[in-house]
Amino acid sequence: MFTPHTKRDVEVMLESIGVGKIEDLFTEIPAQFRYPDLNLPPRLTEMEAAAELESIASANATTKDFLSFLGAGAYNHYIPAAIDNLLQRGEFYTAYTPYQPEISQGTLQAIFEFQSLICKLTGMDVSNASHYDGATAAAEAVILAYGHFRNKRKKVLVSRAVNPQYRQVIRTYMQAETSLQIEGDEIETGIEPDMKNLIEKIDHDTALVIVQYPDFFGRIIDYTQLIETAHQFGALVAVAVNPTALGLLTPPGEIGADIAFGEGQPLGIPLSYGGPYLGFFAIKNALLRKLAGRLVGETVDADGQLAYVLTLTAREQHIRREKASSNICSNQGLMTLAATIYMSLLGKHGFQQVANLCYQKAHYAADQLSGINGFTLVDEKTPFFHEFVVKCDEPVDELLEHLLHHEILGGYDLGQEYPELQNYLMLAVTEKISREDIEYLSAVLQEENHG
Amino acid sequence: MLVPEDLKYQKTDEWVKVEDGIATIGITDFAQDSLSDVVFVEFEIDVDDEVSVGESMATIESVKAAAEVVFPVSGKVIEVNQALIDTPEVLNESPYIEGWLVKVQVSDESELDKLMDAPAYDAYCQER
Repeated sequence: MFTPHTKRDVEVMLESIGVGKIEDLFTEIPAQFRYPDLNLPPRLTEMEAAAELESIASANATTKDFLSFLGAGAYNHYIPAAIDNLLQRGEFYTAYTPYQPEISQGTLQAIFEFQSLICKLTGMDVSNASHYDGATAAAEAVILAYGHFRNKRKKVLVSRAVNPQYRQVIRTYMQAETSLQIEGDEIETGIEPDMKNLIEKIDHDTALVIVQYPDFFGRIIDYTQLIETAHQFGALVAVAVNPTALGLLTPPGEIGADIAFGEGQPLGIPLSYGGPYLGFFAIKNALLRKLAGRLVGETVDADGQLAYVLTLTAREQHIRREKASSNICSNQGLMTLAATIYMSLLGKHGFQQVANLCYQKAHYAADQLSGINGFTLVDEKTPFFHEFVVKCDEPVDELLEHLLHHEILGGYDLGQEYPELQNYLMLAVTEKISREDIEYLSAVLQEENHG
Repeated sequence: MLVPEDLKYQKTDEWVKVEDGIATIGITDFAQDSLSDVVFVEFEIDVDDEVSVGESMATIESVKAAAEVVFPVSGKVIEVNQALIDTPEVLNESPYIEGWLVKVQVSDESELDKLMDAPAYDAYCQER
């Protein structure tokens, strides 16, 4: 047991403050709340507790035992064993940027490498040391843009094809900014791939336009015209990207994005029921001083040796207080390291190979499914990456229930977040899915269809 | 330390010079020296903005600190020295001439009476 103080230590401390016993320190708390009856079950030994927890955990349907076509923002990629091994080294095993960061040169170097890799991947100029997850990175994009125009532009447009959770978190973060309008994701604006309705809403009062690439439905949309229009009106454009897809796609930096951000979970981080995840955030040079969060730079020390430092900290709230662009003063250290190791291990070609496998397998799956009676591929024209939508003849929840009996997590029921998309099922296919897996899914769906 | 005679000074180390109702505003030699090397200037107002005394016009970031510059007079902004964005070091080299920050059409010249003259500002700096 961990006992920080001996009985003698405690006695000395109590004596020096003139208190008889520890309980006397709590007399301010009304007696009935002081030692409430917690009604706990009898205590267990470690062995018994472990057995009970394991038995509870085994009731979960996980991607270990089930075939999974679930995506919608979190993806089941293969995670090389080296990642966990390196992460658990004591030198790295901390969740945040250290409080005296320069003493932890290894941690700073890892963050610097992460920033460099994210810049390479996104085609942007500067990346910060990360945020909590894709959704909070989205909110930071809004804060940055709103502040960039000194709160004078009152509108942020968000495409309805941006992850619904990101849109919710943006609204949560910005709820106190009552003069800021967050719009563009109404049902009437829709999700047509030409983006016409959204483009029409861009005006001189627009601070930021947010789109996703590939979008929430997996579609690869050409945003050239949207970005041109936004820039004509002086607005910024933030693109939420799936990092894996950037192994194949033109990076957002090259299509004119001012901000590129996204969920870093696909980069070697387990699904883990939703977290801890990793938000990445990169910008063009012009926005450097508005960038939130930690930023690691490379320099030389007094002896002329390579060294890493936190740089441009005047952006941050511990120096600029109320003028800072964000309250974020740390980063998602351990997850950042996982992503850095993942990208380094795969290398450029490995990364492209993962993206290509996802793409090819997803297209094989879409092909197979659209051949089954009762299932229609919703959009046959717009290119997609590793996720696609099918319309089903029956309610999606019933279908998913049926697939669960066959140990398949069948995908994401779009009707949950999009009332206009009842009976629409979205499936994600990563490199972990084999041809046999896809054929098994088809067989089960076909049988379902006949049954 | 330079404290030109023909300027008026504010306690927060801004200088102001009024000619024909137009106030030119900058930071003093004392301010630039205390800040040391200026690396970034961010304006917080635009031309045509109506501003009042005490309102923030810019943030100046140096290798040592980030400091706020506030208006010593009220009025309407008519010009912003955008050149400083690309060459912030001018604030160190020439705080009273090329390093001016903002020009304002003064709405109430009596506000100038509340500011220090050169000898008073010089004495104020000596105390610090």
